[in-house]
Amino acid sequence: MPAPQPLPGPSERPPWWRDRRVIPWLVQGVVALLVLSLIAFLLGNLVHNLTARGLLLSWRWLGEPAGFDISETVLPFDASMPYWRGLAAGLANTLRAVLSGLVGATLLGTLAGMASFSRNGLLRGLTRAYVETIRNIPLLLQLIFWYFVVFLSLPNGTAALQLPGIVLAKSGLYLAGLGQGLHWSLPQLINGVWQAPLRLSVEFAALLSGLIIYSGAFIAEVVRGGIASVPKGQWEAATSLGLGWFATLRHVVLPQALRVIVPGLNTQYISLAKNSSLAVAVGFTDLYSVAETTLNQTGRALEVYLVLLGVYLAMDLLISAVMNGLNRLVQIRER
Amino acid sequence: MFRPTRAWTLPLLLASLLAGCAQDGGTGVQSAKLAMIQGRGKLVCGVDGKLPGFSFVGPDGRYSGLDVDVCQAMAAAIFGDASKIEYRDLNSSERFAALASGEVDMLSRNTTMTLSRDAPGGNALSFAPTTFFDGQGIMVPAASGITTLKALAGKPICIESGTTTELNLADRMREIGAPYTPLKFQTGDQTYAAYLGGRCIAVTSDRSQLAGKRTSFPNPEAHTLLKDVMSKEPLTPATTNADPAWADAVRWTVNALIQAEELGITKANIASKVAEAKANKNQADLRRFLGVEGDFGKQLGLPADFVVKIISAVGNYGEIFDRNVGPASKLKLERGLNNLWTKGGLMYSPPFR
Repeated sequence: MPAPQPLPGPSERPPWWRDRRVIPWLVQGVVALLVLSLIAFLLGNLVHNLTARGLLLSWRWLGEPAGFDISETVLPFDASMPYWRGLAAGLANTLRAVLSGLVGATLLGTLAGMASFSRNGLLRGLTRAYVETIRNIPLLLQLIFWYFVVFLSLPNGTAALQLPGIVLAKSGLYLAGLGQGLHWSLPQLINGVWQAPLRLSVEFAALLSGLIIYSGAFIAEVVRGGIASVPKGQWEAATSLGLGWFATLRHVVLPQALRVIVPGLNTQYISLAKNSSLAVAVGFTDLYSVAETTLNQTGRALEVYLVLLGVYLAMDLLISAVMNGLNRLVQIRER
Repeated sequence: MFRPTRAWTLPLLLASLLAGCAQDGGTGVQSAKLAMIQGRGKLVCGVDGKLPGFSFVGPDGRYSGLDVDVCQAMAAAIFGDASKIEYRDLNSSERFAALASGEVDMLSRNTTMTLSRDAPGGNALSFAPTTFFDGQGIMVPAASGITTLKALAGKPICIESGTTTELNLADRMREIGAPYTPLKFQTGDQTYAAYLGGRCIAVTSDRSQLAGKRTSFPNPEAHTLLKDVMSKEPLTPATTNADPAWADAVRWTVNALIQAEELGITKANIASKVAEAKANKNQADLRRFLGVEGDFGKQLGLPADFVVKIISAVGNYGEIFDRNVGPASKLKLERGLNNLWTKGGLMYSPPFR
């Protein structure tokens, strides 16, 4: 066995290509350079081909009159207004669906999540059945079911389904509310047409039902996970203090569960916002639907998709930011 | 032991891969697209796929219709075999992107030719001759008693989004001062399902499409087309501006269908016409058209006898019309504007010279 070589002294540095302090930096630098040149190549290619076809980014079309109509809008819109107004009206419709969806799904999900800890076996079973069925069917399919099977088979006129304060008809959902002169008014049939302070189109109703029920199932699981993360001793301690089931949940368990629930909710909220673009399948004119018509009329594919990407990204980042703020509020503050 | 050479292998490999990606050169006289189709061994044709009379999958799983026959004519012109096609069903929103990206070689999908679709600053399509002159119409349930556009004021109307019909309807209703509720759907199937579900009182589209769809309704007689024709809808096969030589091949294939009808050449008599042309040197027109003399096929990058192949496969334009949308079909449409120019229609092929 040969004698071991003496180790190099601290003053003797190895050549740079064998120096462990240099190599990692070098390799990372080269990889970064390659990634950057790949991006530059792809961008260059895009610009080259777009220039060749005369399709380089142009935003002038945004100011041209749209020429199409939108059936229900929060922002007023007509065909003589420019494209950007159309896109804005579409965005307002998207926000309307997303915001109402968030509220509805949170309520439904929280209730279902709490119900899965109920002492009532029937309620527990129903909740499990709801979550397992809804979670495992694609949302698009559910939306199409809600629209074409449920809402489009509603009767019209006098035959419409009448519940206290609500009328369900093919022409829309009519809700009681504060009408003219701030009087409480119920839906009424005037000349064969229903009139009510609040009217939802069946397209919007189908989209909202689909989004709320689908996201509600996922949120129920997040809430259930959160509640299950609270140690059993907390339940027992609260019970021994004489608190009932609901009071225990409300005052002891849920506040502690929120820490686990909020980050999970963030994900569900973001996917609800993104899923709202499936509105196009049920004839609700949201941002995506307007963008699609715009794209077809102007041919500015790249610009329209950039707008879409930007808006959905901004919306999701905003939701994320709000939820992160909420998350900081519910965490335990360590001193 | 640390071996620096290992660390270099992957980046070097990537670099050499990238170096291989050269930007494509410009197209010469020869069509790069045509060469690619020949190399692939089949034509990829974008169709609607759900429109009886134009492109529809029958119970036997085969595509049929006027648009499909145009695809088949093209495949016959290239390969001498009308079955070397792959059909791609495209909805009205996907079609231009699919064509521009090269996913399909051509569109034969009841597409209206318009300025903005043709222009390089718009969709940059290249249109062949029109294969069906249509107009936008409105269909309502017969029981509704509606007979005019004006009577549709304030009513919901179903439309397929991303079509010219969407804009035409908006223009027309604005003109007559009748506000309405447009309900837009992404596919034709959803549009007609909502109409049949009673969500809208009317559905608008090209008249031929309405007549075609009506044949697949549970009760076709319960629906009527209003008399109003709202627009001109020349339905036209299309390719892109990117390859003019390929666009020419498509253009003259469609022209050949029309010219054949004008010359009285049919699927049944094509063989005898070829024999006649070969026997008689004085019939120069016929000889050139059928590729017995001259090099028209070669000029287009197609076989010399491409016209013979086309007509043997699908027949002339009149036969295609009659078989798919005319009296012999369920649609029972009149020739009207789609008759030959010699018979008062608009079908006119420039000379094969």
